[in-house]
Parts: sequence; C-alpha cells; structure tokens
Amino acid sequence: MTKLAQWLCGLALLGSAWAALALSPPGLRLPAPCRQALLPLPVYLLVAFGCYALATVGYRLATFNDCEEAAAELREHISAAREDLRRRGLRF
Amino acid sequence: MAAGGAGKVSVLLPTYEERHNLPLVVWLLVRTFQDSGIDFEIIIIDDGSPDGTQEVAEQLEKIYGSDKILLRPREKKLGLGTAYIHGMKYASGDFIVIMDADLSHHPKFIPEFIRKQKEGNFDIVSGTRYKGNGGVHGWDLKRKLISRGANFITQVLLRPGASDLTGSFRLYRKDVLQKLMEKCVSKGYVFQMEMIVRARQLGYTIGEVPISFVDRVYGESKLGGNEIVSFLKGLLTLFATT
Ligand SMILES: Nc1nc2c(ncn2[C@@H]2O[C@H](COP(=O)(O)OP(=O)(O)OP(=O)(O)O)[C@@H](O)[C@H]2O)c(=O)[nH]1
Ligand SMILES: [Mg+2]
Repeated sequence: MTKLAQWLCGLALLGSAWAALALSPPGLRLPAPCRQALLPLPVYLLVAFGCYALATVGYRLATFNDCEEAAAELREHISAAREDLRRRGLRF
Repeated sequence: MAAGGAGKVSVLLPTYEERHNLPLVVWLLVRTFQDSGIDFEIIIIDDGSPDGTQEVAEQLEKIYGSDKILLRPREKKLGLGTAYIHGMKYASGDFIVIMDADLSHHPKFIPEFIRKQKEGNFDIVSGTRYKGNGGVHGWDLKRKLISRGANFITQVLLRPGASDLTGSFRLYRKDVLQKLMEKCVSKGYVFQMEMIVRARQLGYTIGEVPISFVDRVYGESKLGGNEIVSFLKGLLTLFATT
C-alpha cells in the first residue's frame, strides 16, 4: 500500500466514525451535549495539528545547532592541508 | 582498529568545478583513514570541469598513488546520480561512502560511520544534521526554515524512519548500494530521499550518526526556487507511489 493509500484509509476510517456518531439519525442520537462536542471535532483536530506543526518547526529552527566549533576546526584543517600539500609539490 | 579489520572502504567523490576543494578533502580523507588504520580507496568522478579539477586530481594521484586515488572521469556534466553509478563500477571496497567533495562533509565522521555500522550490523549508516550534536554552519534563517519545514513535511508524509532524508553523506554496504541504485530514478535532493525510502521498503536497516555540515567555503551554492519546487514534486511522487 502506498503512503497515499495509507493516509486515505486512515482518514476514511476516522471520518466515517465521526460521521456515524455526530450525524446519526434522530432515533439513534447521542445525548445533546456529546453531539455538541463532537460536531466541531474535525476542525479542532486540524487546528491542533497546525499548532503542533508550527511549534515543532519553530522549536527545531530555534535549536538548530550552528556548529561554530566545526567551522573553526575545518579552517584549521584546511590550512594544515594546504601547507602539507604544498610541501608535497601540489600546485593549487 | 586494526588494518583490514573494518573491511575496505571505497569513497566516491563526484566533482564538478571543485579544484579548490578536492585536494583538501582528499588530504583529510587520507589522514583520517591512515590514523584509524582503515583500508581505503578514493574514486574521483569528474565531469569534465572547465576549472581544471581533473588536472588537480592527476597531481593527487601522483602524490598518493594510483592504488589509493582512482580517477574515473567522464566527458561532460551528466549529473550526480549517474556519477555514483559510474564510480561504483570501479569500487573494490566492502563498504562505499558517498560524500560531497565541497568540504561540507568532514571525513572525520567516516570512522564513526564504521563504528556505527559494526555496532548494529547496519546496511546503511546515514549522517544526520537533525539529531544530537548534528547541525549546519553558514546557513541563514531562511535556509534553515526551509530545511526544517521540508524535513517536517517529509517526516509526516513518508514516515521514513531516518531523520535526514536529503543529506548525501552516507555509508552503504556495497551490494545494498548496487540494489538501490537500480531502483532509484529521482534526481537532485529527491534522489537521496528515494534511496532511504526504497531501502526501508527492501527491509534494509539504517543507522544514524550526527554530523556537522559546514556550508561550502569555495565555489557557488545553488539553492533556488527551482530546487524547492522540484523537491515538493519529488516528495509528492514518492508519497503517491511508494
Ligand atoms: N561528477 C559530477 N559531480 C557533480 C555534479 N553536480 C554536482 N557534483 C558534485 O556533487 C557534490 C554535491 O554538489 P553541490 O554542488 O555541493 O550540491 P549541494 O551540496 O546540493 O549544493 P551547494 O553545496 O549548496 O552548492 C559536489 O562534490 C559537486 O562537485 C555532476 O553533474 N557531476
Ligand atoms: Mg554542497
């Protein structure tokens, strides 16, 4: 199954469960307060996921390691390499 | 680590206009391998760079010997994916390391890759900028945001089981790389991503080692709007087909 198919299956499953509970015919209805909470649930979930995405990306962006030491070390290694290569007769 | 104990490592270095970087990265590679006693060879695939990369490569071959430095140039610029395939044909190592020749990947991580490989007997060890001590140097906020955003979307859509999909500093078992090369059709960043996704499909195991990525000092970088569009296209293709 492709990733796309997995997503569609998952969404269909959740969607039909939600529809069955929230939009059921009058005779089979859940008590009113439950229904009231269920109806906007998809929107809440969407908003919650959006917040999660923004928070995660924002946090990871803020904590993205800048590797100053690695850059400094590389600069040192480069000058050592140049010197040694020149001694071995490399023409840059 | 005793000589030979780790198995031989072949490093594939595709180059296009890297005359300033190539000698430096080769020097660092040789030093790293000699210090850790790992048997190695370096395969340089230059695509007819007009800046004279091939000429520098020939000097390096003289200095280090043609058993250590293998020159396997091609006539003209034919792209990175086919450069790997071309280079792999001549590799005699048990493991193949793929890395950029622009000094953004430091050879010092290769012994760590090998240690990791042994530790879990992994088929692939991937360097990651997104975990532990990993990171990047020389990127502005915008490029970091694109990178983090793209990585998040990819993780959500593909759940690939590896944290750095677009990185190109990795160690592969030789036969595993051969299999994957046959299967992968994408280009650019998406190619690296497809390698990991297909590897998972085929049941290969992947280990990760945090790496620091230092953006190229010499030469042009070329991340533009085009790259982003083709990345998204490639991502959606993988999403719908794998
Ligand atoms: N043989 C060959 N090597 C290539 C080709 N294109 C790029 N390379 C090399 O592949 C490596 C990675 O390419 P880069 O240009 O660094 O690509 P990048 O890392 O995505 O982008 P920047 O570093 O930001 O420019 C470098 O060692 C290049 O010299 C090609 O068409 N043929
Ligand atoms: Mg690069």
